[in-house]
Amino acid sequence: MSEAIENARTFLRPSKKLPTVWCGGCGLGILMSAMTRALARLGVEKNDVAVVSGIGCTGRLPTYVDFNTLHTTHGRGLAFATGVKLARPKLTVIAAMGDGDALAIGGNHFIHACRRNIDMTAIVANNHIYGMTGGQYSPTTPHGKRGTTAPYGNVEHDFDVAALAAGAGATFVARSSVYHAQELDRLIEKAVLHKGFSVVEAVSNCYTSYGRLNKHASPVDMLRWMKENSVPVGKAETMEPWELEGKFTRGVIVERELPEFIEAYDDLAERLTTSPSAVERVKSILKSFDETAERLNAKAE
Amino acid sequence: MSRRLILTGNDAAAEAMRQIDPDVVAAFPITPQTELMHKFAEHVADGEVKAELVLVESEHSAMSATVGAAAAGARSMTATSANGLALMWEIVYIAASYRLPIVMPVVNRALSGPINIHCDHSDTMGCRDTGWIQLYSENAQEVYDNVIQAIRIAESPEVLLPVMVTFDGFIISHTAEVLEALEDDPVRNWIGEYKPKYTLLDTDNPMTFGPLDLQDYYFEHKRQQMEAMRAAPATVKKIGKLYGEMSGRPYDLIEGYQLEDAELAVVALGSTCGTAKVVIDELRAKGTKAGLLKIRCFRPFPEAEIAAALKGAKAIAVLDRSVSFGAPGGPVHKEIKAALFGSGSSAGLVNYIYGLGGRDISMEHIHEAFADLETVAGEGTPADAIRFLGLRE
Repeated sequence: MSEAIENARTFLRPSKKLPTVWCGGCGLGILMSAMTRALARLGVEKNDVAVVSGIGCTGRLPTYVDFNTLHTTHGRGLAFATGVKLARPKLTVIAAMGDGDALAIGGNHFIHACRRNIDMTAIVANNHIYGMTGGQYSPTTPHGKRGTTAPYGNVEHDFDVAALAAGAGATFVARSSVYHAQELDRLIEKAVLHKGFSVVEAVSNCYTSYGRLNKHASPVDMLRWMKENSVPVGKAETMEPWELEGKFTRGVIVERELPEFIEAYDDLAERLTTSPSAVERVKSILKSFDETAERLNAKAE
Repeated sequence: MSRRLILTGNDAAAEAMRQIDPDVVAAFPITPQTELMHKFAEHVADGEVKAELVLVESEHSAMSATVGAAAAGARSMTATSANGLALMWEIVYIAASYRLPIVMPVVNRALSGPINIHCDHSDTMGCRDTGWIQLYSENAQEVYDNVIQAIRIAESPEVLLPVMVTFDGFIISHTAEVLEALEDDPVRNWIGEYKPKYTLLDTDNPMTFGPLDLQDYYFEHKRQQMEAMRAAPATVKKIGKLYGEMSGRPYDLIEGYQLEDAELAVVALGSTCGTAKVVIDELRAKGTKAGLLKIRCFRPFPEAEIAAALKGAKAIAVLDRSVSFGAPGGPVHKEIKAALFGSGSSAGLVNYIYGLGGRDISMEHIHEAFADLETVAGEGTPADAIRFLGLRE
């Protein structure tokens, strides 16, 4: 057994009895161990990491990992995480969310976090359904697939999570699946190392709700589907659009550099407090406040 | 004609909604409400109703869509629980102030945190000042009956206010009971067609809902909302009586159980009333004059009726399934105290907070409260009048 795996185990909360609350065969356990392996390889200290979640099956993840963790309300994981990062910029902040949590009720927070480019990592476990509440269709349920609220097929169309994140301005976007567990942990490692807002979409399996309604009644079936219907990003570039229909791409999808939010904020503060012209401008604004106050006081007397 | 069905509370609400067949329903999943909308979604998918069902991206959107549809003249419904209701909060007030007769089943669940999915009344009690009428249900039968009546109450021209029909999460929502449901036609004829007086789609008389209303008229509009609430008890009573004529099950604002000559009275809401009734039967068999006051209509609060019903009691225990932090007692307790003030009652009054986050309340707990009342009847309101049932301390 490799050292990384050994170290990863120390990131599981010893007070928590395993197995987890997740159904046997659920991909979330694979995702959680990919995340802990990535962090173990990075050699982080437990106390230097904060893991934040919202509500849903993925929302349970912070219960099991032995970092600073925050289990918040539905859709708000990223908003809470933003507060954590602003208050303690040195922490490695990871928000773990499901597709319903991140993209429906929390969709607004998601696009704005991407746009803001604050240095943290969003992991979106995409199992294409609201699993915990019993299989309602979500923003990533493909068109025509079934949910308990779409017994004859979804009439809506799904988000492409990675394309959405890229369009909203995220500076690192990657995708893999829980079948590709080792690739997944390498992508999470890259995402955490990236300076700026990073998104990792982990295609996962909810065979209990999604699979059962969509002819994938076993976890193995769903993992096999991930294996057979995904294409590495590099290979996808050589393929025709019709060949990629119904498949998802894996790997790093976006990687670019833009000023990170906290650094940009600190730069601005630095400029305003040190540049002579800015200091003069601030002084003149403060002076004008004083003059106005004096004038008003004189008038009142 | 009636049909005997075995339904959970959620299914009973969905069955009432199927018969009501509202024009528009907007929803978002949340435990323990979720199965209600599942069931209704099945009715929609199977073509049993004409309702437009839209499954939106949050409860804030669900209530917003419901308000939009209601303002456009549609009979509109949604349903939720706990944090979902909290997320709707902003629009919950808007719905009442636009005077839109929306009906919303709320499956009671503790409002986090820490996160808890089980029953207490902190969600709807938090909404007691929003301008919504609130009907609490004791069992699945009452859920079904209240949802149907709520449509007529809400749409009564002298009321025009939204109605929440509440029922206890899991205890009622997820347990199956035998209940009597009406046939479809009588229900549909009884609620009639919704003919709103003011709608956005009346192109001959263009309307605006909710424009800026500042120091000039806002206060008068709030006064009108108060007036609508003041008219509501008579309407709730009237509709309850008419419903009784159709179904054989009349409803009132409150219900007394063995209360006429009761010296020791318990006041409760929701499913706990069923447990209390069994305890009262046991106590009555032993000669104790015990009784229950069940509050069905908590908003508007039927102050005079409650004071009259508790007139003969020597000691009263008010059971609260939520906390009003920093207040002198739970929400129900405070209102009972206010109702009794100036009514001439000299009864000793004790408040019991119980069942938070789904903590079970058993017959023993209610026996415990009645045993305390024996002392309170003799000695009056004790110094420690805020007590707990089933709490480890």
